[in-house]
Amino acid sequence: MHSKRADKHTWRKIKSAVASTTAFVSAILVILPLGLVFFHLLINGISSVNWDFFTKLPAPVGEVGGGMANAIVGTLELLALAGAIGIPIGVLGGVYLAEYGSARINSVLRFLADVLNGIPSITWGVVVYGLVVLRFKSFSVLAGGLALGLIMIPLIVRTTEEVVLLVPHGYREAALALGVSRWQTIVHIVMKTASKGIITGILLALARIGGETAPLLFTAFGNRFWNHSLTQPIAALPLQIFTYAISPYDDWHRQAWAGALVLVTGIFFVNITVRILTRDRGASVA
Amino acid sequence: MDNLIMATPEQRVTERVEGAAQPPANSEPAPKLTFEAKNVSIWYGQKRAIEDISLNIISKAVTAIIGPSGCGKSTFLRALNRMHELTPKTRMEGTVLLHGEDLYSKTVDPAIVRRRVGMVFQKSNPFPTMTIGENVICGLRLNGVRNQKFLNERLEKSLRMAALWDEVKDDLHKPGTSLSGGQQQRLCIARALAVEPEVILMDEPCSALDPIATAKIEELIYELKAQYTIVTVTHNMQQAGRISDYTAFFYLGRLIEFGATTAIFTNPSERQTEDYITGRFG
Repeated sequence: MHSKRADKHTWRKIKSAVASTTAFVSAILVILPLGLVFFHLLINGISSVNWDFFTKLPAPVGEVGGGMANAIVGTLELLALAGAIGIPIGVLGGVYLAEYGSARINSVLRFLADVLNGIPSITWGVVVYGLVVLRFKSFSVLAGGLALGLIMIPLIVRTTEEVVLLVPHGYREAALALGVSRWQTIVHIVMKTASKGIITGILLALARIGGETAPLLFTAFGNRFWNHSLTQPIAALPLQIFTYAISPYDDWHRQAWAGALVLVTGIFFVNITVRILTRDRGASVA
Repeated sequence: MDNLIMATPEQRVTERVEGAAQPPANSEPAPKLTFEAKNVSIWYGQKRAIEDISLNIISKAVTAIIGPSGCGKSTFLRALNRMHELTPKTRMEGTVLLHGEDLYSKTVDPAIVRRRVGMVFQKSNPFPTMTIGENVICGLRLNGVRNQKFLNERLEKSLRMAALWDEVKDDLHKPGTSLSGGQQQRLCIARALAVEPEVILMDEPCSALDPIATAKIEELIYELKAQYTIVTVTHNMQQAGRISDYTAFFYLGRLIEFGATTAIFTNPSERQTEDYITGRFG
């Protein structure tokens, strides 16, 4: 009797050990690719990340050296434009879903936002190509920014809605009971309380579109020189990486590695900022 | 107006049947009325929360609403400043007059009603993004007051009235949430006072506080009634006995009995009231 119980106990311990080991290995497998990617980028790219890389235009074919200054600035420019389109619409849309509207309409809107989030990014490129590029007969910064901005909207709508809903109802009631109007309450109390969460959502959306290549292929198109006009094509880091990576030149390959390293590092820093912001978010919301 | 104030609580009128008990006014001067609620019923969706309640609230006195959970006392309280409208699918019948004006007339903006009828909630809720000082004057600021001198004066006055000034005067820049539970509740009272309402509604203001903090709030309520009409909902029978001048007993969405607190507690005229007060149910 006693030994049987002891057997059972041992068996249970074995099962527990197997389960926790499997979970641990799976966790390692999740992190491993990130480590591998970063390690690989570092080995191949770090030698080409130098002052020239950040300050010079791409060198002509056959000439060694040059940099990606125009692509770095181009990516920032595209992100700014995308943000100008995606942030206000996304945030206001998220606030609408959380604060206004009927339950039925909102569930439809929420579903549509989720569908939009699932649309392959190249589709946005094609749509903007048809709507903007064909009409104005030119690839442009505007088209690239619009494509990225459209991708941002549903992402920001959903994160904003979530964090606005997290704001306890008591704060809304407190403000309304002071005779503050609904809109003032939403802007000055609810959105302010949720501001860290809203900013986090915006940063994550920017990090996500910062690496998008497909929607820029036939909108921003890429450019080997400085862009001087919103209606002209513009370079972007992911596009430049793509072009250089499929080229036959070793020097361009090295630059592509360097570009990827810079891009990943940038996105990494955005995510670290998000971590810092969210670390004490609980203190302000709860 | 005169015929409406004849049913004074001193006469322990049970208003169970509307208009049934209206004895002629005696020689005492009739007290002024802040609210006159007439035949108020409120539904949440299909569910009727309160049914045909007629109740007058006397000015510059404390009226306590007591009753078991779910009896509709909070709903009635929120009907006095239209806060119940924030709950979706609410329907209301009847009228509520504030100093003779219909609160539910189509031309009345609920925000204006709430500026005149302030509210303090069960759970203290200072705004987490604001300092102690900002919390107090935020009602004024968000309603467009910009005069800094005026705001500072009102800040001190409100905190003094809420008996909090001496405790926080050197910490006005600290977050409102850094205060203790009882202090936070007094901060919320100061915030409600800062917009200079005519009435203060309190929805179980002490139920989340320890006995010492509760005693402070009760003392404060006693002092505030010199200037304000106060309506409070409470679960705590002793508290109702200590702080209120008038008591209304609600049960299952109906007003069972209303009268002077001493009378309700010592000699209730309804069996249900007596059972509840003596702890036989609820």
